Amino acid sequence: MKRPQREIDESARRITRRAIVLGGAQIVFAGALAARMRFLQVDEADKYRLLAEDNRIRYDLIPPQRGLIFDRFGVPVASNEQTYRVVLMPEDVGDLDDTFAMLQRLIPLTPSDLEKVRKEIPRAAPGAAVTVADRLSWDDIAEVAVNGPALPGVHPEVGLSRVYPQNGDFAHVVGYVGPVSDYYLSKIEDPDPLLLTPRFQVGRVGVEEKTEAVLRGQAGNKQVEVNALGRVMRELERKEGDKGADLQLTVDAKLQRYVQARLEPESASAVVMDVDTGDLLAIASAPSFDPNKFVRGISQRDYAELTEDDHRPLANKSVQGLYPPGSTFKMISALAALEAGVVTAGETFYCPGHKEVGGRRFHCWKRGGHGWVDLHTSLKRSCDVYYYELAERAGIERISAMARKLGFAEKFDIPMSAVAQGLAPTKDWKARRHGQNWVVGDSLNASIGQGYVLASPLQLAVMSARLATGQGVSPRLVKSIDGVEQPLVNSGPLGLGPTTMTQIRKAMYDVVNDRGGTAYGSRIVADGMRMAGKTGTSQVRSVVVRNEDVPWDQRDHALFVAFAPFDKPKYAVSVVVEHGGGGSRAAAPVARDIMLQALYGELPPLEAYPSGQREEIEQRQRALPLNLGGGRAGSDRA
Amino acid sequence: MSFLEYNVKTVPTGLSKVLYLNWVLIILLITIASIGFLALYSVAGGDIGRWAEPQMKRFALGFVGMLVVAMVPVYFWRNTAALAYVLSLGLLVLVELIGATGGGAQRWIDLGFMRLQPSEVAKITLVMLLAAYYDWLDLKKTSRLMWVIIPVVLILLPTFLVLRQPDLGTALLLVAGGGLVMFAAGVHWGYFAAVIASGVAVVTAAFQSRGTGWQLIADYQYDRIDTFLNPSQDPLGDGYHITQSKIALGSGGWTGKGLLQGTQSQLNFVPEKHTDFILTTFAEEFGFIGAFSLLVLYCLVLFFCITSALQNKDRFSSLLILGVAVTFFLYFAVNMSMVMGLAPVVGVPLPLVSYGGSAMLVLMLAFGLVQSAHVHRPRMRA
Repeated sequence: MKRPQREIDESARRITRRAIVLGGAQIVFAGALAARMRFLQVDEADKYRLLAEDNRIRYDLIPPQRGLIFDRFGVPVASNEQTYRVVLMPEDVGDLDDTFAMLQRLIPLTPSDLEKVRKEIPRAAPGAAVTVADRLSWDDIAEVAVNGPALPGVHPEVGLSRVYPQNGDFAHVVGYVGPVSDYYLSKIEDPDPLLLTPRFQVGRVGVEEKTEAVLRGQAGNKQVEVNALGRVMRELERKEGDKGADLQLTVDAKLQRYVQARLEPESASAVVMDVDTGDLLAIASAPSFDPNKFVRGISQRDYAELTEDDHRPLANKSVQGLYPPGSTFKMISALAALEAGVVTAGETFYCPGHKEVGGRRFHCWKRGGHGWVDLHTSLKRSCDVYYYELAERAGIERISAMARKLGFAEKFDIPMSAVAQGLAPTKDWKARRHGQNWVVGDSLNASIGQGYVLASPLQLAVMSARLATGQGVSPRLVKSIDGVEQPLVNSGPLGLGPTTMTQIRKAMYDVVNDRGGTAYGSRIVADGMRMAGKTGTSQVRSVVVRNEDVPWDQRDHALFVAFAPFDKPKYAVSVVVEHGGGGSRAAAPVARDIMLQALYGELPPLEAYPSGQREEIEQRQRALPLNLGGGRAGSDRA
Repeated sequence: MSFLEYNVKTVPTGLSKVLYLNWVLIILLITIASIGFLALYSVAGGDIGRWAEPQMKRFALGFVGMLVVAMVPVYFWRNTAALAYVLSLGLLVLVELIGATGGGAQRWIDLGFMRLQPSEVAKITLVMLLAAYYDWLDLKKTSRLMWVIIPVVLILLPTFLVLRQPDLGTALLLVAGGGLVMFAAGVHWGYFAAVIASGVAVVTAAFQSRGTGWQLIADYQYDRIDTFLNPSQDPLGDGYHITQSKIALGSGGWTGKGLLQGTQSQLNFVPEKHTDFILTTFAEEFGFIGAFSLLVLYCLVLFFCITSALQNKDRFSSLLILGVAVTFFLYFAVNMSMVMGLAPVVGVPLPLVSYGGSAMLVLMLAFGLVQSAHVHRPRMRA
């Protein structure tokens, strides 16, 4: 059946018309597509090329190796250890359960570890690795590496982490490093981009914190090409950074270990200082803690244990602790009076056991009194009334000035946290601080190191050193940075009369070596090693009761300051035993042991001790938790 | 009632038909497919085996299929159009029942050697049926309401099935393709105006229904449209596709970064880089010159199809060729608009270039129909 030609023509005409319209529309649309193509690829090409480069190239920082810290003889105190960890690239892991099952056979992993990883995975940034296990042994990491092909997306990694081989011995000196907190960042104007890199550690306390700028070093960087998932495809460029500078401390690790061990388990602190250079050979605070726990992330329980301990292991008592110096202050009062000429060494005062001033009765620690005392006896037997008399004559301003001369109220520039300034009170100070007038009673209290006077064990050690040498020696903690010796700080001769100084030193000698001295029990009998010192007992409460009758935290602080050898002073030592009771009983023996250890450089021979004490000393030496030379695990007090 | 029968004897027969194929069109198709192989080779990071080789095999298969279809007299295809349409509807129902899910939608049936997407098949069978319908229909009735409703129903049947999968892109392509065949057949302008108006109404309704119980399209489809309207709003989620695609294209510049040098695609910044977004790979590595050349090739295919349709006095053949051309146009126009950020991301492949079996095979068979119509066109007696 044919269609009429007319219809065929009509159909063709219509189709042609419509087809041309359609074709035209298609061409117009294609033109629009071409225009768009041109716009994107030609007009905006530069913009998109930049964006493509941004996509592709990432700048990664190469964290520098943190500077090491050594003791004065090169014993490592803070070093970096390689840590091995296993990370997982979630996008590359085929079956998570299989991978976990396999990993559990290879390395120690608890189900709760895995649960943590499982929770972390969805939160991780695209392309970021999730740490499965940290601080693995070399054997474990080798297992993972060998099984690499069977564990897609699982990679062993090596990193550097801080480690403190001396454990608790330097916890208060060197401090520790930790992750960068938001609070830490908020304090810095223009933070080093390094701080933002994951797992970066900064010094949080102590030398680590205070010399952060020296230890940190300079970051290097590398330019890497990454894919859309952030995976590094190849390295384009690499610029190594600069390692942080190494520090050498003045501290002698062996002595430090001894001191730390000798102080524990008391809540105490001690400082050993070289009287000539000011080098701090030991600066200890007990109890201590293991700084490695902080680096690894301390558990809630361990942390609570440290903060709840009434002996305050986290406090660095040697520089942060401020105590009324008690009778150890008497040398200062005596010097102030002698130098001012308001009294002579030979002048005697009668001590009936108390002194009345302005209707108030000021007691001597010895109820019955000391009778007639001169300067020498007053120090040796620690008579309080003598100093009340001196205070009346010399006045607080002279006493305070002398205290400052000997290192009180001076903030020494050593890189430790929260170094306390202490206080040598003046009339002005009291007016400013309390809005009250200075009364003579305040002077009396101050003269025996009570009342407003406050000093840290470090300041007490500086005082002993200055008394021993007559020089304005100041403490030094950092011996050298990157091999460059750090300057000694010495303000030169104190300008105190040599006769006066000799009189004071002789009295300090007799405190320890004369039968009537308050620290006679703690004398050193070895020739050429004789020790001079002064006991102190600072009251925590005002009512006088026997220390044994009150709770621990209300007992008196025991103090002792010393220098030795008497003939040619080398070391100054200060010891403060918190709530230890009397200075002669609780602090002086400790100071003697420490001094002997410093003088001999090792455990002293028993011959250095008075014959009657040797047996007891020997027992104590043996009981001391010392393992000199090797790493002492868990030195922190439980 | 056919237009063909009066001069069927002048039509070439036997193997001599090969000489009458539209060889220019064939060469264009081979060129475009080769660009696809190159792009797939590059996008696999220089690996032929991953995508390029399977694609070549499919093209070869499609090419043979095209020749076979071309050899069969075009009236056979007209007579079987209804059957083909019903079969493809059947496949769409089948995919609804047993179809495999990919990308959140039921779209394909696993045949073992390939995954068949019935929605791709439906695009062509719809065109066939509409061409046959208008060939059969009395010219005078073309614009009568009754005879307009029938093809509309024919279009909407597969459209609804595809929407259920849900595949918004293909559904829109079906409507547009069918509608354009009706337009070519000469249906009155007024109907199209009405349909466009109601289309606007439907879109409004789709957005109005969002979040209600009678929501017309799926949430992810709303999201894609939102993202299209404002890609920077969600640069790491859905907007990521469009943004990265534009970066890839734009960074190609005039001449491109060179084969295998496109960082955006080689480093996986471009999503679906071997399928829907393959243009970005090509444009990144071969620049504006490359991408524009591809666009010109596509336009040449359209041009030769339309010329062939205009030369053809057989109503079915003309409409069939125009229908295939329009479908082809819709493929590349929508795909290119999408990757260049002119249209929302709807899953439409770049014809003959994107990796994928169904679209490639169906398109090649469709060009077989074009060739058949071309070879068997009625010729005037000398």
